[in-house]
Amino acid sequence: MSRFINTVAALALAATSGLAFAEKFPNIGRTATEKEIAAWDIDVRPDFKGLPAGSGTVEKGMQVWEGKCASCHGTFGESNEVFTPIIGGTTPEDIKTGRVASLTSGKQPQRTTMMKVPTVSTLWDYINRAMPWTAPKTLTTEEVYSVVAYILNMAEIVPDDFTLSNTNIAAVQARMPNRNGMTTNHGMWDVKGKPDVKSVACMKDCPVDEKIRSTLPESSRNAHGNVAEQNRAFGATRGTDTSKPATTAPLSAAKVAVKATATAPAAAQHPGMAAAKQNACVACHGITNKIVGPGFNEIAAKYKGNAGAEAALFGKVKNGASGAWGPVPMPAQTHVKDDEIRAIISWILAGAK
Amino acid sequence: MSNVVKKTGRILRAPENFVDSSLVQEISKSGLNEDRRAFLRRSFLAASAAMASGTVLAQAAANSLAGDSNILNLPEHARTLGKPVAASAYGMPSAFETNLQRRESPGLTRVPAASVSFAPLQGLFGIITPSGLHFERHHQGWYDIDPSKHRFMINGLVKNPKVYTMDDLMRMPSVSRMHFIECGANTAMEWGNVAVPTVQYSHGMLSCSEFTGVPLSVLLEDCGYDKKRAKVVLAEGADGSGMTRTISIDRALDDVIVAWGMNGEMLRPENGYPLRLVVPGVQGVSWVKWLRRIEVGDKPYGTKDEAIHYIDAMPDGTFRQYTSIQECKSVITTPSAGQTLLDKGFYNITGLAWSGRSKIKRVDVSVDGGRNWRTARLETPILSKCLTRFNIDWVWDGSPVVLQSRAIDETGYVQPKINELRAVRGTKSIYHNNAIQSWKVAESGEVSNVQVY
Repeated sequence: MSRFINTVAALALAATSGLAFAEKFPNIGRTATEKEIAAWDIDVRPDFKGLPAGSGTVEKGMQVWEGKCASCHGTFGESNEVFTPIIGGTTPEDIKTGRVASLTSGKQPQRTTMMKVPTVSTLWDYINRAMPWTAPKTLTTEEVYSVVAYILNMAEIVPDDFTLSNTNIAAVQARMPNRNGMTTNHGMWDVKGKPDVKSVACMKDCPVDEKIRSTLPESSRNAHGNVAEQNRAFGATRGTDTSKPATTAPLSAAKVAVKATATAPAAAQHPGMAAAKQNACVACHGITNKIVGPGFNEIAAKYKGNAGAEAALFGKVKNGASGAWGPVPMPAQTHVKDDEIRAIISWILAGAK
Repeated sequence: MSNVVKKTGRILRAPENFVDSSLVQEISKSGLNEDRRAFLRRSFLAASAAMASGTVLAQAAANSLAGDSNILNLPEHARTLGKPVAASAYGMPSAFETNLQRRESPGLTRVPAASVSFAPLQGLFGIITPSGLHFERHHQGWYDIDPSKHRFMINGLVKNPKVYTMDDLMRMPSVSRMHFIECGANTAMEWGNVAVPTVQYSHGMLSCSEFTGVPLSVLLEDCGYDKKRAKVVLAEGADGSGMTRTISIDRALDDVIVAWGMNGEMLRPENGYPLRLVVPGVQGVSWVKWLRRIEVGDKPYGTKDEAIHYIDAMPDGTFRQYTSIQECKSVITTPSAGQTLLDKGFYNITGLAWSGRSKIKRVDVSVDGGRNWRTARLETPILSKCLTRFNIDWVWDGSPVVLQSRAIDETGYVQPKINELRAVRGTKSIYHNNAIQSWKVAESGEVSNVQVY
């Protein structure tokens, strides 16, 4: 497209007679103001270009963590209930070498963030722009430094009394357990790069192994729902009825007739259910299971027959609450309109169907 | 009894000798009444069903030597007035097509706002993905952004950092290009062994559209980017996750588009309305949705989605970082796992092929597990970094077989077998699984997901 833009630019220049300055595209866009750039230019590079001045302590990080992070990540960043664990699998030896040994030992069942991330700037940048998950870009600079300090402390990279700041973060980088664990020795950055696997397009009597190496476990046959309902009901093939075991008899034998009918349109959804999904309530509350907060079925059971439940729950959702189900607080759901809150609550109390 | 043909719309010979002899005597003596008529009807239905296994029950019963009742009895739509124009101002698919939806894979993630929905490749035709069935991958949910309030900024190593509105951008020189977008983690779950039941889940993080927008190169020129020092750009989204990715300046100046158009209309909200980046041939995460900013830089940015995720684990414990390009790949979409062939005989095997480096040059298909191959027909248009549709004739004799497709792109690269990929990358790489896909057709007609070497 470089040829394209040269042509267009030449034409545009030719067309701009009489303008005070020879802009390529007259009257399109305008210079960004310093404040605008500051508002959006928030990225932090591995060499810390873009990192704002500031600091935060492990101590403060622990407080912020308790209130805003633990519900998804676990008190020690170890939870894998909602997202993959942050902490785990790294050792003081890794801090020395910069290569996480458990990546090859096979001893660690899950690869945690700290096992993988080579650059502490990534943690700072991501927490600043995207966390907490339900309220991104609401942490102060000090809070971001503190939370990063807490994570580093949990990973035993910095001591309990540490203050992380823009002046010592480079020294912390030198202690990241997987700082030497990346490679760019591959052909997938450059469109003309050299592939790492070279296969041959054999056409006849090719060497193949007859043995089937892997099949879908029987227990997974219907795990994605009845696949017959995920295929068109006419055409070259039909969807397989995975709600029944696989037939083994060859085609010529008689078998149960296959009905070709259109599926009925789905029953109308309760507006409370739609609102619960759209407002991400289901991010933390399962319909029949606890995720971060209690399942909707548990809430319905607890408040069954309780005449004041609707009003009480309205207040909790709108203003936030804690203590009824455990220590983790539910933040105020300021993004949900009042009538939506009411619809959601009435749907939950009716059994969340 | 003559050969029974087990399909709808065919003429079946009526069953004979299905009536009890005592009933015959009764009818001969006293004639037919409603009870006896009903009894005859039921017996006829039962006898027909026994004859015509595999066909719709009602269909079989209705058929007689005279012909298909769907022809002989004119349907309602042949005898009435239909609906008026603009009955629906924005038309939707037929009520008979509701089985084809984009779907989540249960248990893939714990939270639906950071998750994937897969496109139903098993039911699609050609190369364009209907916009309503386009796969989704979000990290912090999606939005319907007011386009009048959306702003786009370019800053960094530029003479003139600028802000553009949608009005500005849509006045710029525009191009329209058809490209595939594939998530780097498409087919990730199959690295170790078979994990999912259909092509929707194994390959459905893949879609293809015609995108319209302004080339990024034009905007970079407009801002006076530093031609000497610029090595990369950072793309950033306006969404909660503030998605950021490093893109090479080489790609940025070549065919990257700042796009608003998708298949003739504006982008759908789930696909980044009103503005997204189109990075042809590069994994989907770089195609930043709800695009708000491009920064021109001289060093890679090490963002979360290129330093913690979207890094490829290698057998020696290292991670490949900045693996952007999606390599040549193909898959048969029908017959595919989770489908059943009702019949022996002729079929059109159909599927898709694509490469992030160039056009597709050739697709070969095997119906014997990779022992022998034939070259398939490629449907036009055959475009660079775009889906290509392939078709090939096949007559199935009812014996168990394994179907495979294998694509070759213009660089000469041959899509590898799964064992060839594993030999280099191990089984925990997650991303960039472009292995040949095998579908086993059993004697029963059921097609299932298998892996062979």
